[in-house]
Amino acid sequence: MRSGTLTLIGRRLLQAAPAVMGIIVVTFVLTRALPGDPAVFFAGPTADAQSIAQIRKSLGLDKSWPEQFWIYLRDLARGDLGKAVSTGQPVLHELATRLPASLELTLLGLLFAAAAAIPLGVLAATRPGSWVDHLCRLLVTAGVSLPTFFTGLFLVYIFYFLLGAAPAPLGRLHIALVEPARVTGFFLIDSLLARDFEVFRSALAQLALPASTLGIFALAPLARMTRAAMLGVLSSDFIRTARAGGLTSWTVLWVYAFRNAMLPVLTTLGMVFSFLLGANVLVEKVFAWPGIGSFALEALVASDYAAVQGFVLAMALMYVALNLVIDVLYTLIDPRVGVEG
Amino acid sequence: MTRRSFLKLGAGAAAGAGVLPFLRHLPAEAAVPKDTLVVLISDVPNSMDIHRPGTNRPGYQSAINFYDRLLTYGRKTLPDGSLSYDYRKVEPELAESWQAAPDGSSITFKLRKDAKFHDGSPVTAHDVKWSFDRAVSVGGFPTIQMKAGAMEKPAQFAAVDDHTFRVNVVRKSKLMLPDLAVPVAVVVNSKLAKKHATAKDPWALEYLHKNSAGGGPYKLERWDPGRQAVYARFDGWKSGPLPAIKRAIIREVPNEATRRALIVRGDADLSFDIAPKDAKELLADPKLKVVGTPIENCIHVLCLNLKFKPFDDVRVRQAVAYAVPYEQIFKVAAYERGVKLWGAKSADPKTIEWPQPFPYETDLDRAKALLKAAGLPNGFESTLSFNLGLAYWSEPAALLLQEGLGKVGIRLKIDKIPGANWRTKALIEKALPVHLENFGGWLNYPEYYYFWCYQSGRLFNSSSYNNPEVNRLVDETLDAEVGSPGYEEKIKKFLQIGMREVPRIPLYQPYLEVAMQKNVEGYEFWFHRQLVVKKLKKA
Repeated sequence: MRSGTLTLIGRRLLQAAPAVMGIIVVTFVLTRALPGDPAVFFAGPTADAQSIAQIRKSLGLDKSWPEQFWIYLRDLARGDLGKAVSTGQPVLHELATRLPASLELTLLGLLFAAAAAIPLGVLAATRPGSWVDHLCRLLVTAGVSLPTFFTGLFLVYIFYFLLGAAPAPLGRLHIALVEPARVTGFFLIDSLLARDFEVFRSALAQLALPASTLGIFALAPLARMTRAAMLGVLSSDFIRTARAGGLTSWTVLWVYAFRNAMLPVLTTLGMVFSFLLGANVLVEKVFAWPGIGSFALEALVASDYAAVQGFVLAMALMYVALNLVIDVLYTLIDPRVGVEG
Repeated sequence: MTRRSFLKLGAGAAAGAGVLPFLRHLPAEAAVPKDTLVVLISDVPNSMDIHRPGTNRPGYQSAINFYDRLLTYGRKTLPDGSLSYDYRKVEPELAESWQAAPDGSSITFKLRKDAKFHDGSPVTAHDVKWSFDRAVSVGGFPTIQMKAGAMEKPAQFAAVDDHTFRVNVVRKSKLMLPDLAVPVAVVVNSKLAKKHATAKDPWALEYLHKNSAGGGPYKLERWDPGRQAVYARFDGWKSGPLPAIKRAIIREVPNEATRRALIVRGDADLSFDIAPKDAKELLADPKLKVVGTPIENCIHVLCLNLKFKPFDDVRVRQAVAYAVPYEQIFKVAAYERGVKLWGAKSADPKTIEWPQPFPYETDLDRAKALLKAAGLPNGFESTLSFNLGLAYWSEPAALLLQEGLGKVGIRLKIDKIPGANWRTKALIEKALPVHLENFGGWLNYPEYYYFWCYQSGRLFNSSSYNNPEVNRLVDETLDAEVGSPGYEEKIKKFLQIGMREVPRIPLYQPYLEVAMQKNVEGYEFWFHRQLVVKKLKKA
């Protein structure tokens, strides 16, 4: 790694600090501005005024906002994100167990999307107007216009219900198997580390449908962007020169054209990743996936302040990290993108 | 990393990823053994402690399956052949026998001597005392529920010796014994809990939230919040016949359609609390058994709030009751899975059965005449609210009400309120002029329902109804013995007033629906609407 890249990373992290601070303040205010009263919600079905007051006090909600904020910041500084009242677990613990589940699913979905969309986009660009191009257009239209929960249910119906080829959509592992020892929280990796191939197979089989669901959704923007970028590059002068120079069409396509088209594709990939995390919620519901999306949704419904704040903060930090990774990748792909850029 | 090596790496990863999701999986399905039960549910418990604030409804399961109570209920067979607990038969669980003092000032319970907690220590009256002290002291739901059974303060409870427990009566009530059999009245292993209590947390809320410290038929084997709970049978359980199911796996599957696919494909033994639509359609499946039981003391109602004009006028409320399209709501919102509560021939209740049909049916001419008499011949505008968490029945019902009431000139705007907001708006502030509500009482008496929903100032009286006569009649009957002099007359009287004044218009009584494989036997309906695993077996 060049020292320039390290400087870039350091500077980006510094630049992100005010943004993260802003997010902390905004989520704190927003959660409290939401309608709905957690004390009433958590006081239970037959609460009276007295027990609601009791709960309010135990949740610390009887204090003033600045006081609550100060307590929140103090706990945050110690790495304590508070406790999710709805599940009774520390928020940090919830995030730590659920984030890997969501990330594993999202990353695999993205990988699947990229593996399908990029060749498709390249082929469509090399033969505009041909059947490949039409197929690409069809898939892209279908992918964006089908809501993920529908695709999910549809895949469940075909592959699980009718064909019986996919396992029961019951979360991350077959019901009879035990989770691999936790190293990364990614079952695929942890099971390989533990050399437990049955768990690996089961985890992969459980991932196949939900990851495909997300993949189909993410396919569209990637294929479109690849096609557009490739079309642009293929009509430029240096490609004509390369062809005139007698290089094979394979070399022209993949070595010269594709590398130059990768930058916009990578940008799109970053964007797609962030909205896939959002689209996760519905897929998680369909496949009983114990991810972070369903946790956040339930916390929001219950006005569970600590859980919502923790979730937003975790997401914010992840986006900061994601943008950083993409920026670093730019410098690796295109030497013209300087560290100052 | 250089640019070239990175590009090579990237190309390799992309190629590999293309193949991954399509690797053929080898099914790991070993058949689920006969003594293991796989249950699907929309939410798993979020706590193992029913006394903790914030415990969700599925959390009552832990109280039911991991803990014993002093008393329990008997069993009865319903007209359709399905099984239900019997609210008129209070039976022993931890208490072998009980006796009221001749002057009625206390009730003394003799505990069974062979009962053990999961850790092997004996169940004593001191544990009962500690548990009840806890229930009346922690505040919130458990404290309110104990109060409903006239148990309000720790001074009422006394451990006479290791196996004798006494409750001192402060207010004589027929609800006390039944209330000792509700999920809240659990007996906790106090020695174990006290070990984990701290000065800040004297009732060990932290410990019992994550651990079960009971002596019930099952113990907690594993709990992954938001995913699953696994129950293992406690072989030393003495308070009843040893359950047939050794292990129950309760899996959370939030999506209804997924739950349905799983039960139809046979990957689960039982799907608990399914939607009426699924119940109706799965009835036609010869491989499955669907049991729907009318939920006792529970009604889906349309509430009119008397705080808002013109609902303070009884004629307007009656007009609404005549304009409701009952039949359509029953078909579309309930899928005919419910008990009809309209169309009674007489406005004078003949029995004290509850719920029972109200003397209204869809009659637009009468509704119009009543509106005219109230000085509103052209109708009026209002807002109909419902809880988004109950949208599966509330949304179609609301749309049909909007259309039906529109026919007599009552123009409703529909307002959907998210769950967290609902309780504040509807129950605490009572700020919704027209809304849909579904209160269900654990103790199955009409006066208990009236206590919560018709007496002025009560939490579930979201209609702001206040009738001094009803208030008095409910006070007089709530604690009185069934069949005591004047009891029936008073019940009939307030039922009649409720029917005439209709602050709450019943739409129908809903079902609790359960789908299971044909070989699952012994399912029983319980008022707490949770699965009692010990009753089940697989043939």
